[in-house]
Amino acid sequence: MTESPLDLSRRGSRLFGGGGQGQARGAALSTASTIVVLAVLAALFLLAPGSAAVRHTFFSPPDMWHALIGDPAKGYYSVGAAIWLNIRMFLAAEAIIVVLALLLAVIRQSTGPVLLPLRVVALGYVDVFRGVPTILVVYAVGFGLPALNLTVVSTQDPAVYGVLGLVLSYSAYVCEVFRAGINSVPLAQVSAARSLGLTQPQAMRYVILPQAVRTVIPPLLNDFISLQKDTALVSVLGAIEANRAAEIYSSTVFTYSSFVVAALLFLILTIPLARFTDHLIARDRRRRLAGATI
Amino acid sequence: MTKSFGDHEVLRGIDLVVAPSEVICLIGASGSGKSTLLRCVNLLEPVTSGSVWLGGQEITAPAIDPDLVRRHIGIVFQSYNLFPHMTVLKNITLGPVKALRVPHAQAEGDALALLARFGLADRAGDYPDRLSGGQQQRVAMIRALAMSPRLMLLDEVTSALDPELVAEVLDVIRELAQAGMTMLIATHEMTFARDVASRVAFLADGEIVEEAPPSELFENPRDERTRRFLRRITDAGRL
Ligand SMILES: Nc1ncnc2c1ncn2[C@@H]1O[C@H](COP(=O)(O)OP(=O)(O)O)[C@@H](O)[C@H]1O
Ligand SMILES: [Mg+2]
Repeated sequence: MTESPLDLSRRGSRLFGGGGQGQARGAALSTASTIVVLAVLAALFLLAPGSAAVRHTFFSPPDMWHALIGDPAKGYYSVGAAIWLNIRMFLAAEAIIVVLALLLAVIRQSTGPVLLPLRVVALGYVDVFRGVPTILVVYAVGFGLPALNLTVVSTQDPAVYGVLGLVLSYSAYVCEVFRAGINSVPLAQVSAARSLGLTQPQAMRYVILPQAVRTVIPPLLNDFISLQKDTALVSVLGAIEANRAAEIYSSTVFTYSSFVVAALLFLILTIPLARFTDHLIARDRRRRLAGATI
Repeated sequence: MTKSFGDHEVLRGIDLVVAPSEVICLIGASGSGKSTLLRCVNLLEPVTSGSVWLGGQEITAPAIDPDLVRRHIGIVFQSYNLFPHMTVLKNITLGPVKALRVPHAQAEGDALALLARFGLADRAGDYPDRLSGGQQQRVAMIRALAMSPRLMLLDEVTSALDPELVAEVLDVIRELAQAGMTMLIATHEMTFARDVASRVAFLADGEIVEEAPPSELFENPRDERTRRFLRRITDAGRL
C-alpha cells in the first residue's frame, strides 16, 4: 500500500533478469550469441554450392543501386521513388480505415431496434470483406469500377482503386479489432456512465471508446504493419509502386536484386512500427502491473 | 415492485417508502437481491411489474426518459467503477457537464469544492489508479453528489475495502446523513446501520421481511428469518 509504483517496476525488472551488474553481463552475452548465430548463417550461405549465382542474381550491388535510383532513359523506374506511392497509399488507407472501422464497430455493437437494418448491413460487410482475399478485392475494385464507364468513379488513378480495395478489406478486420476492444471494457463502466444520466451514445463516446481504443492500439498497429506490406498488391492494377518498379527493372535487366531492394525498403517502413508496437505493449504491461497493487 | 431474470424471480414483491431525508439501510444475505433492488430504483434494470415513484412521479412510466430520471438519483457501487482514463476532476465533472449541461468552469468549481469538503482537494489531477480504495470510493461518492441528486443509492460501498479504509468512507455517509441527504443503503456494516439508519429493512426470499428503526430490528427481531440472519452476523463478529 505504501509502496510507490516506481519501487515496484524496479523490482519487476530484476525479476526478469535486468538490473545493475546482471544487466551488463546479460548485454555482453546476448551480443556474443547474436554474433555467433549471424556468423554461422553467413558461413552456410557463402559455402552453399549455388552461393555465387544467388549473390549475383539477388544481391548484385550495382543492380541494387540502379534499381534504387532508377534510370528513365533505359525505361526503368526508381524503386526508391516508387516506395513513396506505397507510403502515400497506406497513410491514406489507414486514416480512412480507422474512421470506417470505428463506425462499423459502433453499429455492430448497437442494440437499438431502429438500427437493426444498419447492423445487418455492417455484419454482411464484415463477413464478405474479411472472407474474400484482399488481392481479389483489389482486382474487383480496380477493374470493376473502371468498367462501369461512369464519370469520376471510373476514371481514377489505379492507386486510388488500390487504396479503396485495401480500405474495404482492412476495415472489416479492424472493425473486429475495435469490437473486441469495446467488449473488453467492463459492463460496470457502462452502468457507472448511465447512472450519471449519460445517454447510450454519450457513454459510448466518453467512457467506452476512449478505453477501448487504448487497448486496441497494439493489435491495430499490427494490422497496419500488414497493410503496409499489402500496398504491394496494388501493383496488379499497374500502379508504379515499389513492387511494380522492381518488377519492371527485373524484367529489363534479368536480375532479382531489384526485389531485394524493394524488400529492404518495406522493412525500413515496417520495423520501426513493429518496435513502436512492442514499446506500447510493454508500457501497457508496466501500467497494469503498477495499477494492480494500489 | 417485482423483478425477475428470466424464470428467476429475484424480487417477489417489494413495497418500500423512503421519506425525504430518511436513511434506509437494506440488509440481507448475499444474493438476496439488494443490488437488484437498487438498480431497479434508478432504472439500470427494468422492473418486471409494479412501479417506482420519485417525488410524486412514477418514473417507471413508459413515457418517462430513464436518462432524465438517473440525473436525479446517485448510485455508488461496491467496486467504485471510476473511469480509469479520466482524472479525478474529470470523473466528477463528466455527469454535470454532459448530462446537466453545466458550464465547464462552474462544474469544475463545484467539483473542487466537494473534493475539499471531503479532504481530497490535492487529488483532483490524479488518475484513479493512483488512489487508495478508500479514496477512490470517496471520489465515487463525490461523483454521484456532483449531480445534486434527490436520492443516493449506496451498494455495499465498503465491502471491497481493506478494514482500515472503511471508516473514511462511512464518515462521508454520516456527514451526508447529517446534511439531510435521502439515502437507500445496502450494507453489511451492522454497527454503522444501527448508527445512521432511520429504519432498517431486512430482505429475504425476494421480500422485505421486516422493516423497523434499528434499535427495534436489532434488539427485537420479530421474524424468525431476521433472527437467524442476525445470529449469523453476530457469530461472524460483525455486530
Ligand atoms: N443481470 C442478472 N442476470 C441474471 N441474474 C441476476 C442478474 N443480476 C443478479 N442476478 C441474480 O439475482 C440474485 C440477487 O442478486 P443481487 O441483487 O446481486 O444480490 P445481493 O446484492 O443482495 O447480493 C442473485 O441470485 C443473482 O444471481
Ligand atoms: Mg450486491
